[in-house]
Amino acid sequence: MFDAVLNNLPYLLAGFLTNLQLAACALAGGLFLGALVGLGRISQRPWVYHPVTLYVNLLRNIPLILVIFWFYFVMPILVGRNLDPLVSAAASFVVFEATYFGEIFRAGFQSISKDLVSAAYSTGLTYRQTAAYILVPIAFRRMLPSLITQSIITFQDTSLAYVIGLQELVRRTTIVDSLEVRSVQLYSFVAILFFVICFIGSRISLHYEEKSRKAKVL
Amino acid sequence: MIEIKNISKWFGEFQVLTDVDETVARGQKVVICGPSGSGKSTLLRCINGLEPYQKGEIRVGGVSLNDPKTNLYKLRERIGMVFQRFELYPHMTVLRNISLAPMKVRKQSRQAAEKKAMELLERVGIPDKAGAYPANLSGGQQQRVAIARALAMEPECMMFDEPTSALDPEMIQEVLEVMIGLAKEGMTMLVVTHEMGFAREVADEIIFMDAGRIVERGRGDEFFKNPKSQRTKDFLGQILK
Repeated sequence: MFDAVLNNLPYLLAGFLTNLQLAACALAGGLFLGALVGLGRISQRPWVYHPVTLYVNLLRNIPLILVIFWFYFVMPILVGRNLDPLVSAAASFVVFEATYFGEIFRAGFQSISKDLVSAAYSTGLTYRQTAAYILVPIAFRRMLPSLITQSIITFQDTSLAYVIGLQELVRRTTIVDSLEVRSVQLYSFVAILFFVICFIGSRISLHYEEKSRKAKVL
Repeated sequence: MIEIKNISKWFGEFQVLTDVDETVARGQKVVICGPSGSGKSTLLRCINGLEPYQKGEIRVGGVSLNDPKTNLYKLRERIGMVFQRFELYPHMTVLRNISLAPMKVRKQSRQAAEKKAMELLERVGIPDKAGAYPANLSGGQQQRVAIARALAMEPECMMFDEPTSALDPEMIQEVLEVMIGLAKEGMTMLVVTHEMGFAREVADEIIFMDAGRIVERGRGDEFFKNPKSQRTKDFLGQILK
């Protein structure tokens, strides 16, 4: 029944590994840049706030697929050489997802009382130290369910990188399908793989939501 | 230690502080009271450089806050501050709450910072709570941790912003005892509070503020016995009922 899948399993799974790699890069980079973007969005300094806000509004109103294309075709002109599709895709994901993570972090930062920040400052901590040890960790914990949800979306979106020829699962499935012509089983297999990973992710998110509600630690 | 010269501050159109003048000498204990919205907390925040002011000058230990070259972070190390709602870091243990600033600001080793933190916890009477998270402590315990956190930076002066007004009555005393202990050791203190028993016991000077101005000031007992302005009399009448 899944003969076409089984015959090409190592090839397909290696493609899926590329999705996982891309997601890992997108999440690590997106969360880091997103935390900075979130800080920029609550900044009192106009020269920080306005450029960051422009960046967020711009990227959030462009489809991800265009950002992927744009990076792939424009970056070589700027950098002066062709980029590996994985590097190009990872860069576009980081830049794109950071705006979404940034808005989640912003909401987290805004939930922190002004006096808590004052308390940190009053012990002599600098802005950077306060951001690193107080603001970001608290916002991260408070917003964990939203961050996980966005991470799941990011993971699903990694399949979009097939448009620039990245050898990820969907791309490889189309290749196998053009040879074997077993569309139903091949795409069902892809759907199952994505479903399993994302479903586990959403369960983890629920678990944390439940846990933080019970513990009331934050 | 702290010189405040004719401070005025506006929030937009609204004037929150008007020509506030006050000097706190080393070792002196000053209690500030007054109705809510009278600018007491704002004054403390200004002294610590947490709020800007538009007129006048504040000097802490001879260093002017007006000087753009003044490093506010460095200045804040010298003044400890305690807040109404404790403001402990919710994601850190009690021990970490206290040892964070000494480690990050003073670059002390974890070992040294935690040893000092334990000593401070002994002093405020809750060494057994070192590993607990703030959410698992009572209000009184949280406030004592907040005092220990401020003391960990070995400040020359401590400011308290209504430290007992968010506490249940039975917990007020445990916090006041710690504060009285500090006062007896000679700490310079600036305390916004309505605990008049505390004021009577430790204050060298009591200031009454209303609508952003210092309406009246007096030495301990004299302030309670013979308040001069009608506004102070009314206020004390309500609070000492």
